[in-house]
Amino acid sequence: MKIAVGQGSCGIAAGAQKAYDVLNSILDLSNNYLTVTGCIGMCYLEPIVDVYANDGLHRFVKVNSEIAEKIANAVNVNDLSSVKEYEISDDDKQFLDKQTRIALRHCGVINPEIIEDYISDDGYKALNKVLTTMSPENVIEEIKISGLAGRGGAGFPTWFKWNAARQSQGEEKYLICNADEGDPGAFMDRAVIEGDPHNLIEGMLIGAYAIGAREAIVYVRAEYPLAIRRLQNAIDQSKAKGYIGHNIMGTDFSCDFRIKAGAGAFVCGEETALIESLEGSRGMPRLKPPFPAQSGYWHKPSNINNVETFANVSWIILNGGNAFSSMGTENSKGTKVFALTGKIKRGGLVEIPMGKTLRDVIFDIGGGIKNDKNFKAVQMGGPSGGCIPAELLDTVIDYKALSATGAIMGSGGMVVMDDSTCMVEMARFFLDFTAKESCGKCVHCRLGTKRMLEILTRITEGNGKEEDIELLEELCLAIKDGALCGLGQTAPNPVLTTLKYFKNEYIEHIVEKKCAAHECTNLLRYEINAELCKGCTLCAKKCPVSAISGTVKNPHIIDMEKCIKCGNCVSVCRFNAVEVK
Amino acid sequence: MNCDCKNKNDFSLLEPCLQKYDLVPGSLITILQNAQEIYGYLPVDVILHISQRTGIKVTKIMGVATFYSQFRLEPVGKYLIMLCQGTACHVNGSLQIEKVINEYLGIKDGETTADGLFTLKNVACLGCCSLSPVMMINDDTYGSLTPEKAVSIFKELQEKAGEEE
Repeated sequence: MKIAVGQGSCGIAAGAQKAYDVLNSILDLSNNYLTVTGCIGMCYLEPIVDVYANDGLHRFVKVNSEIAEKIANAVNVNDLSSVKEYEISDDDKQFLDKQTRIALRHCGVINPEIIEDYISDDGYKALNKVLTTMSPENVIEEIKISGLAGRGGAGFPTWFKWNAARQSQGEEKYLICNADEGDPGAFMDRAVIEGDPHNLIEGMLIGAYAIGAREAIVYVRAEYPLAIRRLQNAIDQSKAKGYIGHNIMGTDFSCDFRIKAGAGAFVCGEETALIESLEGSRGMPRLKPPFPAQSGYWHKPSNINNVETFANVSWIILNGGNAFSSMGTENSKGTKVFALTGKIKRGGLVEIPMGKTLRDVIFDIGGGIKNDKNFKAVQMGGPSGGCIPAELLDTVIDYKALSATGAIMGSGGMVVMDDSTCMVEMARFFLDFTAKESCGKCVHCRLGTKRMLEILTRITEGNGKEEDIELLEELCLAIKDGALCGLGQTAPNPVLTTLKYFKNEYIEHIVEKKCAAHECTNLLRYEINAELCKGCTLCAKKCPVSAISGTVKNPHIIDMEKCIKCGNCVSVCRFNAVEVK
Repeated sequence: MNCDCKNKNDFSLLEPCLQKYDLVPGSLITILQNAQEIYGYLPVDVILHISQRTGIKVTKIMGVATFYSQFRLEPVGKYLIMLCQGTACHVNGSLQIEKVINEYLGIKDGETTADGLFTLKNVACLGCCSLSPVMMINDDTYGSLTPEKAVSIFKELQEKAGEEE
């Protein structure tokens, strides 16, 4: 039997290596084949062990050392009935069954460290087809038919960028992959590189052929060490097979391939900042035009696409552009991968055709909200995106429809929030992020985000003024207009969307000095319910500032003047007598 | 990863990297990454040496070294705690983990414990959002943290470091 352990970064963090070690020590490896695979995408069930038996796939979830031992013993005697209880439930199976996987089609299926695994699953066939039967113009035409658009966030048609780079004058051209996945809450690019690196390489080589580049570079963020290691390994294997280098597959096409590790700067996700960083400088955006297609890396024509965009390319070549464009809506074709996280029951990677609704993703696939609390909002597009409220859950996943809400498709981060998330605090969190990550080139972005952060901070601390909302709105518009690059232009989005859909929370914070989500500690009031308090004195003993007074067996009282709102009293009280208001 | 102060002034360790890259334009970030790998951080002497060997002005090197969050101008502890403050971790309680680190280890963002064992660094997103809150200590990722779990991880590392001495 073949036994595969899901070893993406998150699987390993959840204990997949331990499970692998146990299986490796117990399994009878003369009869069985133990292998690893990339992220299967059901992060909430990690570690996952797949056993391919004669009667099909048996998927075991949340496999700790003890369960791994039992599975290994069951495999050794060729009878899995004894471990049936550890298999995935029918309910959880829905998570994958309801998806359509193109970019992720090999993730969790093949071993990303063995090129033969990829080749046996139609790997490098698309490259062969392109090099032997298609002209660069044919390739661009096929991508045009597919309707593939940039998956990094902006949704710009891929064929258009390729064509512009192809048309640019000059012999020396570069193809660059943006794998600087910086949006907090997004991890689909990491999953693709860790789980299917050859698919990225193949997509990039096809792109390089189309635009006429002889060098391809992947800019990966340094926070992804496993992705860098697996990609480098894949590059080495691909070189050895003659798929990278001179006269690829015996044709005239030659292309080198290398990785450049980023050094930690969110703004480098912006394509001109990324180019500056590739050149060894501070990652500060350039003025456009000229666009990279005319003047990019070392001022040569360059084309930059995101990981997920490239991950779709080989499938499109093999299955035809029409097969891809048959999925989706009028202006958004194909599938999109989302990283579903936050207060969600089933968190993980979700790939679905465009045109499904947010409700489909969050409730149908994601299983709804953790602990059956109320859905409040979903944050899409990270610091450049916005929060979409419950009343818009039926919005379809489509570039235009999502932009109309004030959020964006973005790279695919979907952070789900329930009633315990304060939307003002959420906006403050994102402005804290963008203020720190602003490169400092434009005054509007450098100072504007800082001023917005100060205002949001004072609102969450209970010092907001009534004119603050108006001031925030004014700043938002000024920054949008005045910033040079996408980081600044979109930085106000989290504030604008929360103001649009959750203005009442801002007013509550400013006027009533209340935070309904109980997140803004300065606005909280702790009170002891005299009817529930037994006078055990525990809270008084644990209070670090002696703000609680009272005698044994009599209800205690909290002095709000002294209280620092640390919450110790709530966590120690055994009678639920301390109430937070 | 860890600071090995004995190496601080031994420029020969960096020589292979400089020979490989000093004539390749655009390699400054790669050189600095290699230097940090060797010395644990970027000591001033090393920066001056890189400047001399490559001809890149010190101001440019400092500009790059201070722009990217990966580079450190101060030594770090044996264990570098990278605490994720991404959106999913934030929503799932990363601030409570930060609080427990502040209390248990007595360090704030950017600080190192007096015994030189731990340094805390808040980072944007480690991309393990489904296991949030998450932290990475050196190259190992720890997910689904609670304040109690975090403390037990620190205790384990403290014991391990004690045994090694």
